[in-house]
Amino acid sequence: MTGQNDNGFTRIQCTVNGVPRSLFIDVRKSLLELLRQDLGLTGTKEGCGVGECGACSVLVDEVLVDSCIYLAVWVDGKAIRTVEGEARDGRLSPVQQAYVEEGAVQCGFCTPGFIMASTSFVEKHQGQEVSADQIRKGHAGNLCRCTGYQNILKAVEKSLKP
Amino acid sequence: MAQHNDANKVIGKSVIRTDAVAKVTGRAEYTEDMHRPGMLVAKYFRSTISHGRVTDIDTTAAVQHPGVEAVFTYKDVPQNVFATAGHPFSLDPHHKDIEDRLLLTGNIRCLGDEIAVVVAQDELTARQALQKIKVVCEPYPPLIRPEEIMAEGARQIHQGSPNIIGEHRYRCGEVEQGFAEADHIVEGDFTTAMVQHVHLENHIAHAYMDDMDRIVIVSSTQIPHIVRRIVSEALSFPLSKIRVIKPFIGGGFGNKQDVVVEPMVAFLTLQMSGRPVQINLSREECMLCTRNRHPFFLKVKTGVMQDGTMVARDMDVISLTGAYASHGHAIAAAGGAKQSALYPRTPARFHARTLYANIPTAGAMRAYGSPQILYALECATEDAARKIGMDSVAFRLKNIARQGDINPLSKEKIASCGLAECLEKGREFIDWDRKKREYAHHKTGPVRKGLGVACLAYASGTYPVCVEIAGARIVLNQDGMVHVMVGATEIGQGSDTVVAQMVAETLGIAYDHVRVVQAQDTDVTPFDTGAYASRQAYVVSNAVFRAASELKAKICRHAALMCGSDAADLDIVGGVVIDSKKSARVMALKDLAIDSYYHKERGGQLSAEVSYKTTSNAPVFGCTFVDIDVDIPLCKIKINRIINVHDSGVILNPVQAAGQVHGGTFMGIGAALFEEVLIDRETGYVYNNNLLDYKFPTFMDIPSLHHDFVETFEPTSGYGNKALGEPPVITPPPAIRNALLDATGVHINSLPLSPHVLFTHFTKNGLLKSRGEQHV
Ligand code: FES
Ligand code: FES
Repeated sequence: MTGQNDNGFTRIQCTVNGVPRSLFIDVRKSLLELLRQDLGLTGTKEGCGVGECGACSVLVDEVLVDSCIYLAVWVDGKAIRTVEGEARDGRLSPVQQAYVEEGAVQCGFCTPGFIMASTSFVEKHQGQEVSADQIRKGHAGNLCRCTGYQNILKAVEKSLKP
Repeated sequence: MAQHNDANKVIGKSVIRTDAVAKVTGRAEYTEDMHRPGMLVAKYFRSTISHGRVTDIDTTAAVQHPGVEAVFTYKDVPQNVFATAGHPFSLDPHHKDIEDRLLLTGNIRCLGDEIAVVVAQDELTARQALQKIKVVCEPYPPLIRPEEIMAEGARQIHQGSPNIIGEHRYRCGEVEQGFAEADHIVEGDFTTAMVQHVHLENHIAHAYMDDMDRIVIVSSTQIPHIVRRIVSEALSFPLSKIRVIKPFIGGGFGNKQDVVVEPMVAFLTLQMSGRPVQINLSREECMLCTRNRHPFFLKVKTGVMQDGTMVARDMDVISLTGAYASHGHAIAAAGGAKQSALYPRTPARFHARTLYANIPTAGAMRAYGSPQILYALECATEDAARKIGMDSVAFRLKNIARQGDINPLSKEKIASCGLAECLEKGREFIDWDRKKREYAHHKTGPVRKGLGVACLAYASGTYPVCVEIAGARIVLNQDGMVHVMVGATEIGQGSDTVVAQMVAETLGIAYDHVRVVQAQDTDVTPFDTGAYASRQAYVVSNAVFRAASELKAKICRHAALMCGSDAADLDIVGGVVIDSKKSARVMALKDLAIDSYYHKERGGQLSAEVSYKTTSNAPVFGCTFVDIDVDIPLCKIKINRIINVHDSGVILNPVQAAGQVHGGTFMGIGAALFEEVLIDRETGYVYNNNLLDYKFPTFMDIPSLHHDFVETFEPTSGYGNKALGEPPVITPPPAIRNALLDATGVHINSLPLSPHVLFTHFTKNGLLKSRGEQHV
């Protein structure tokens, strides 16, 4: 870990949605708290705070993590992607677009986490033959109470198409 | 009803929901995202026993903990009891909800009951301070089971009021005669489990004062206007000085049709000189200490003729409302009414009682008592069909409601009913007849196959039990687009989107020229009682249709002023005012709008506002068909195929409607196979109030979900639509139970049908030896 300890605070370097950041942070904070409280990135949600629901999913060096149980200091030297960074130049990402078109969004509280889970899944499986069961398994860490997952499945299938 | 120009057709189109982009980009603001600088955090100190009394409480150390701003106990709160159920106010004093809550209590009635509250600078400090509160309790024996709650001399859970909080009966037709003449009488005892809503966003609210005497509450609620009234009652604070704001909300399913944390945050900001104070319940608190679905104990007796006619039905119900009344007996009453709606020609008698118990409080949950009642009813119907050896679908087709039937309880004629067509569609989809023959050969061996069906009737609101009032205000903007404010509460179900469709259709403008103001604010939003009872689209349609028609008339009158033609000849099509007599374009709406605002003499801001009371309540219908495998050694049910078919009148937006059906089917499957709040029968302890131990179905636990609609036209609504939000959750559990019976011949009359329940029954019925091996 870079940076020095100072009263339980430490300095870290990371990139957040492509922007390099140098941050002086409370070592006790979770990545979720860092994003929501310190960086104002409130798109990422908390549904349980203990790694059970996936609402807080973000990508750290392209790996999907539950940011509520990922310490903020661990992102030192790493790249974070959150839902706020996915739409660029006024255009939704293909995954976001597919969620909108397929009716995969209802209350929307699970949506930011699901968008990141699907983004990670789709990027990993681009151009491959993927079964519905693989999609289900790839999203098993994200809970949704509104959709029955049915239209989310359709949205992921759509985003896998070239 | 509306006469629509086809060019304006927006109803029935799967337009993109108004808030989809805000939600996929993370820009949609929920309550927690509207954090205020310097906001204090409040945390409850909760009981660790389920029944008893606090004899001593010491908060000294907690008060002194650095960072703690205040600690309040049950001794410090106003002593006026209030009711929390999100019902409209009742002018009839006999119809009031039970007032049994204080903000905090020294009388402990369930695990997690709220004894004190700590206000601190941050969450961690508040949690640390909670550990420094010392409390001494005198425990009482918990009352968990109906027999012990109703026993002679049982302690009153609320001193001074009986443990039976509600009881009613109804009778339709010649029930005794029916039983006397019946060829067969079939009886069964049924139970349903306590389940939880598990909306992804927990309960959260904050409050602050924006003046010396006004409270602003921001809350994740389904019922902003009702929250305002109940907070006013709980704090004896003037209603007009309370403002409730509802931002985006992360699901509710009825759990936020109750006033839960709002009175406390309002109380705390008053105590803290108007500083902002937030309560953000943890998942564990939310699952233990908000609301759940009432567990039911039901006895059903059915008289049936050899030709398949059901000639008598008797139902006796006990419902447990838990520690506090909340929606109380209204749940059993609303559920019980579905019997006569679904089988109106069968004489029936019904008796229900609702009891307090030292278990978590039950309240409103998607479909409000009907899942419990219809589980028992549709299992009993299946048992009756089997008794006389009749096909389950044919048996239902013979007995179900038809258009023109009179519901003997409400005395209303059923104006639209597509249930028979729903059954036909479902039967065809599941390939019922062929598979019935095929599966006859799969009733032995380790994996057995079965088919099941179940039907439902539901309502489109609460009238005549409660008032049904909706409000809409539509304003023509300077650029020719419109803003709409409705009291109808968007909670994820998509009501804003269908409201925009209704306005676009009636006004004759493009869907994306209609902006429905998302956040509700009781200072400005027209009155509506909120999102519950699947009422929203049905009830609001009558207000929106009238407001949009009125605005259209005003626009045409202004156009007539501008161009000298007769307003009666004018119409709006595709955002353009036309002369329908001459089939000629008159002017674009945006040119008219700017004139109405800025012409020095004529016009004004063109708007219309309607508050409308709906005095009808359209019944809706539906069914589930399911095809399952039962793995006997593993005691597991696998769903091969499942479909819900619904008659919900005109489908306003097929993609969104499908989403409602999928979500309901999913929740129904959860209740059928996995979900149960596990309560210790002796101590009232809850074992699984978290997402790891409560078996919330994941993506992998749920099969592909199919849906279909039978579109009828309901004359009592603005656009022919009826309710849809809640009904899909009702029928998957009885359909799955009936399929299990079909596959194995084993009657299991409880929920959920989880492996350990199947194991017990399979063992008892000789399908398994006691050590789990399968009999041949
Ligand atoms: S909030 Fe992180 S997994 Fe639920
Ligand atoms: S859309 Fe509400 S939880 Fe998924």
